[in-house]
Amino acid sequence: MSTYRIHGATGEWEVVIGLEVHAQVTSNAKLFSGAATAFGAEPNSQVSLVDAAMPGMLPVPNRECIRQAVRTGMAIEAQINAWSRFDRKNYFYADLPQGYQISQLYHPLVGEGSLTIEADEKAGIPHDKVIGIERIHVEQDAGKLMHDQHPTMSYVDLNRSGVALMEIVSRPDMRSPAEAGAYVRKLRAILRYVGSCDGNMEEGSMRADVNVSVRKAGDEFGTRTETKNVNSVRFVMQTIEHEARRQVEVIEGGGTIVQETRLFDPGTGTTRSMRSKEDAHDYRYFPDPDLLPLELDAAFLDECRASLPELPDAKRRRYVEELGLSAYNAAVLTAEVETARWFEALLLEVASAQGKTPADVAKQAANWLISEFFGALNKAGHELADSPVTYAQAAELLALVGQGTISASAGKQVLEAMFATGDGAAAIVEREGLKQESDSGAIEAAVDKILADNTDKVAQYKAGKEALFGFFVGQTMKAMQGKGNPQVVNEVLKAKLA
Amino acid sequence: MSVDRKTVAKIASLARIRMDEAELDRMVPEFNAILAWVEQLGEVDVTGVAPMTAVIPQALRLRDDVVDADPLTGGGVRDAVLANAPAPEHGFFGVPKVIE
Amino acid sequence: MSELTDLGVKAIRDGVAGGEFSAREVAEAFNAAVAGAAQLNAFIVTTPEHALAAAHATDAARAGGKPLGKLAGVPIGMKDLFATRGVQTTAASHILEGFKPEYESTVSQKLWDAGAGMLGKLNLDQFAMGSSNETSYFGNVSSPWRKAGSNAALAPGGSSGGSSAAVAARIAPAATGTDTGGSIRQPAAFTGISGIKPTYGRCSRWGIVAFASSLDQAGPMARSVEDCAIMLEAMAGFDPKDSTSLDMAVPEWSASLDANLTGKRVGIPREYRMDGTDAEILKSWDDGIAWLKDAGAEVIDVSLPHTQYALPAYYIIAPAEASSNLARYDGVRYGLRELPQGANLQDMYAATRAAGFGDEVKRRILIGTYVLSAGFYDAYYTQAQKVRALIARDFAEAWAQCDVLLAPTTPTASFALGDKVDDPLAMYLNDVFSVPASLAGLPAMSVPAGLNGDGLPLGLQVIGRPFDEQGVLNAGLAIEQRAGFVARPEKWW
Ligand SMILES: [Mg+2]
Ligand SMILES: [Zn+2]
Repeated sequence: MSTYRIHGATGEWEVVIGLEVHAQVTSNAKLFSGAATAFGAEPNSQVSLVDAAMPGMLPVPNRECIRQAVRTGMAIEAQINAWSRFDRKNYFYADLPQGYQISQLYHPLVGEGSLTIEADEKAGIPHDKVIGIERIHVEQDAGKLMHDQHPTMSYVDLNRSGVALMEIVSRPDMRSPAEAGAYVRKLRAILRYVGSCDGNMEEGSMRADVNVSVRKAGDEFGTRTETKNVNSVRFVMQTIEHEARRQVEVIEGGGTIVQETRLFDPGTGTTRSMRSKEDAHDYRYFPDPDLLPLELDAAFLDECRASLPELPDAKRRRYVEELGLSAYNAAVLTAEVETARWFEALLLEVASAQGKTPADVAKQAANWLISEFFGALNKAGHELADSPVTYAQAAELLALVGQGTISASAGKQVLEAMFATGDGAAAIVEREGLKQESDSGAIEAAVDKILADNTDKVAQYKAGKEALFGFFVGQTMKAMQGKGNPQVVNEVLKAKLA
Repeated sequence: MSVDRKTVAKIASLARIRMDEAELDRMVPEFNAILAWVEQLGEVDVTGVAPMTAVIPQALRLRDDVVDADPLTGGGVRDAVLANAPAPEHGFFGVPKVIE
Repeated sequence: MSELTDLGVKAIRDGVAGGEFSAREVAEAFNAAVAGAAQLNAFIVTTPEHALAAAHATDAARAGGKPLGKLAGVPIGMKDLFATRGVQTTAASHILEGFKPEYESTVSQKLWDAGAGMLGKLNLDQFAMGSSNETSYFGNVSSPWRKAGSNAALAPGGSSGGSSAAVAARIAPAATGTDTGGSIRQPAAFTGISGIKPTYGRCSRWGIVAFASSLDQAGPMARSVEDCAIMLEAMAGFDPKDSTSLDMAVPEWSASLDANLTGKRVGIPREYRMDGTDAEILKSWDDGIAWLKDAGAEVIDVSLPHTQYALPAYYIIAPAEASSNLARYDGVRYGLRELPQGANLQDMYAATRAAGFGDEVKRRILIGTYVLSAGFYDAYYTQAQKVRALIARDFAEAWAQCDVLLAPTTPTASFALGDKVDDPLAMYLNDVFSVPASLAGLPAMSVPAGLNGDGLPLGLQVIGRPFDEQGVLNAGLAIEQRAGFVARPEKWW
């Protein structure tokens, strides 16, 4: 149970949160027309006669959009409805050319499913928690209004009009901003694994309607407000924090919460009532008479299922159970699909370079990737997606360290140089003379000299003062100017001191 | 069921059709006459009958995910899209300023 | 040789192909006839240049020995519900006045591809809502017919009233129509011509201004069954741009026309014998029964028990769909914009739609809005769709007993303009016989059966199984051959 509470004058309040996430379906063309969906095009350049709702225009659904929504439903183990239907949601607005949005109300494509958010003590999520997902339906996006280009006019751009969205509706199962944040992050990760949405919140590919209400523990649900189109995880959390506090203040001040639509202001971190949407809506939903019921056959559904990749939860479990990674490392490496892909590519490369199985090298690679590579990447100001060091180059470096060609500390130096210069690891090692001495002959000679020079210490060691072993190692390494392979030095010393 | 003038006014507003008093006066009795007439449908026993979903039984056809495959349903036709616009503005449709 | 304007589709096509006259001569003759018939107000705009250009292309093709289309050399009228590129398309509404589409409807494109030319855009009831062509923003259409001994202007029927008037008056050999609840059949019956509404989905709806999507179907109107068949062949066909388009080959209906009905069973739906139906209508129905028997058919009595509920169901479903389909006329992207001083966006919508839509359109939008609104949806819309399913089931059960159904097209002959405009319900009753087939998506046609005592045409309706336009046309042909309908309106315009 979440312990997140709003401390009001009359006691503690629990927050109840449900999210409706609108995720843009990854497709080339729109849901019902052949116009493109690319982001950032010239105004009205990606608008067909259909999207502009010219008289006599008709919708024909895009198979890929349906397919991606079905795959998404399968990824959250939801009920897939082989028989679904499109309905019209009627209202008048300048960003809605048809005067209705083609959506699904009565018979959505995807029914009940769920996803699990992971325990995160620091964030106040003590245990893994299952968040119910009520449905996923497919619908059209609206166009865009621009208000600041003309003193008395707003401008309408229909490029987004008709782009396919999945509306993913959660149950009101979340109880804290942290849970909501974790839910959105997890959902985003799943969508990106599946490939059904790019999850790009800055470009509006994913945005959430945040439903918030408050109640005293054990009471019925309170009246909720819906804050529309919140477009980052941080803003979702801020919306909840603000809205919960505001509602408590209203209720404790003797007021009541009105069920209304609100808008989040990122500048102030607050929400306000949306005046333009105030008049009571009556959407007059009814089945779109231009479209027949959507019936999916077994072959279509089989292909959807067969094309699903390994999903984050399964992957995380496998990393722990089969690769022996720590739970923490497994979580870090599976949180984003790119990270997991990169890691797995690296692993294959490292394993084959060293003639080992991935499981043999997984721990080392995971540790290195998380503790060293991510740090260097971050320092160089990059994300994994645009890393200047490829996984193949990283594998080369790991192999040099793993085979003892260079020391671990030299490895760090080489990695930094790789980011700085873009050169390969071997070239840098060569140029900087970082190769370490693994030849046991040379090491033996050095050891022999150290032991000969320190007969007193050798005697003390043999008498039981084992702590002196470190002294011999240090002396040997010093003599070899730091290039002796520590493992070989250890072995030789152990043999000679035995 | 008979509807009053206020209801008809509300429906007109929902349908975004401005109606003055005289129009409402004319509309209310017509509206009620039509409603009273269609209400005979309530007599029909529809137990176990599913509402019609497709006039001619056939499955919904789906389109391939190809951009601009048919110029009649593809994008890149901004001039055609704006050709009849009452207030085209720099490639946009102009509307009275909306305050959100 | 008779006048060129007396010729129908087939005669013109064959005459042009055979070199009896040129397509240009035909186009010029009809252009002149159109220009001389302004009093009928059948056209909203005329496009003589379009007809001439098509004729020129046909004559050039013929001269070059190239193959000619199914409708080569035939100039036709185009109901102003079909989008025609660069030519004003209004649905007879002020709200679309001046709208020139940048696209061509699938059906009109197919007609041009078959070699037809366009005489102009035909008047209609506004947004196809009406049965007398009195709801057009561009004025009433007068039927070319008049009652014996009267000069009163008569209704050409509706909504395809411009089409029926033009074809009956011989200012066009044929025209397109659309039929939502009877808008091809009823005006055909009123004007003594033929018209067929094919199976729902036969003709693409792409580019046709939508009235009620689940009912709208395009079809031809002409002066013979054979002309209808020829023209329908050109209009029909699968269109991937329309999700409800039938993905089926278009049969060569005209080549397979056969008036011998031996072995066919014709059902007479007993519920169509309604109280108050005009005696002369009933008489013409009996004539029709006798003709079909004469053609070899076995006539049987059938029951369509939910018939009386078809019209009220229609007047829920069609307005509901229309209220949503017509939401796009908002003054933002095309058409009329009314922007009173200080108006905000929502004010602009309300003012634009108040000024742009006619009374009947408003009435239906309001009814449609009401029946879909919160709390009423199930009682009205869902109930109507269930009743519709029952009506379709009635027909399906009838097909177990018979091949086609025969009924009157309308409960009365044409009436005077102005007679019913103040009584919407009385107007709606015009479609009582045509609406059931529309609700079930069935092919149905009207053919002239004779004249009543006032000298006005009456029509008989043949309804067929889904996809069986051939059966409908064949029965229509059998009636046509036996009715011997040669009457034509006397020219007064
Ligand atoms: Mg929402
Ligand atoms: Zn939505």
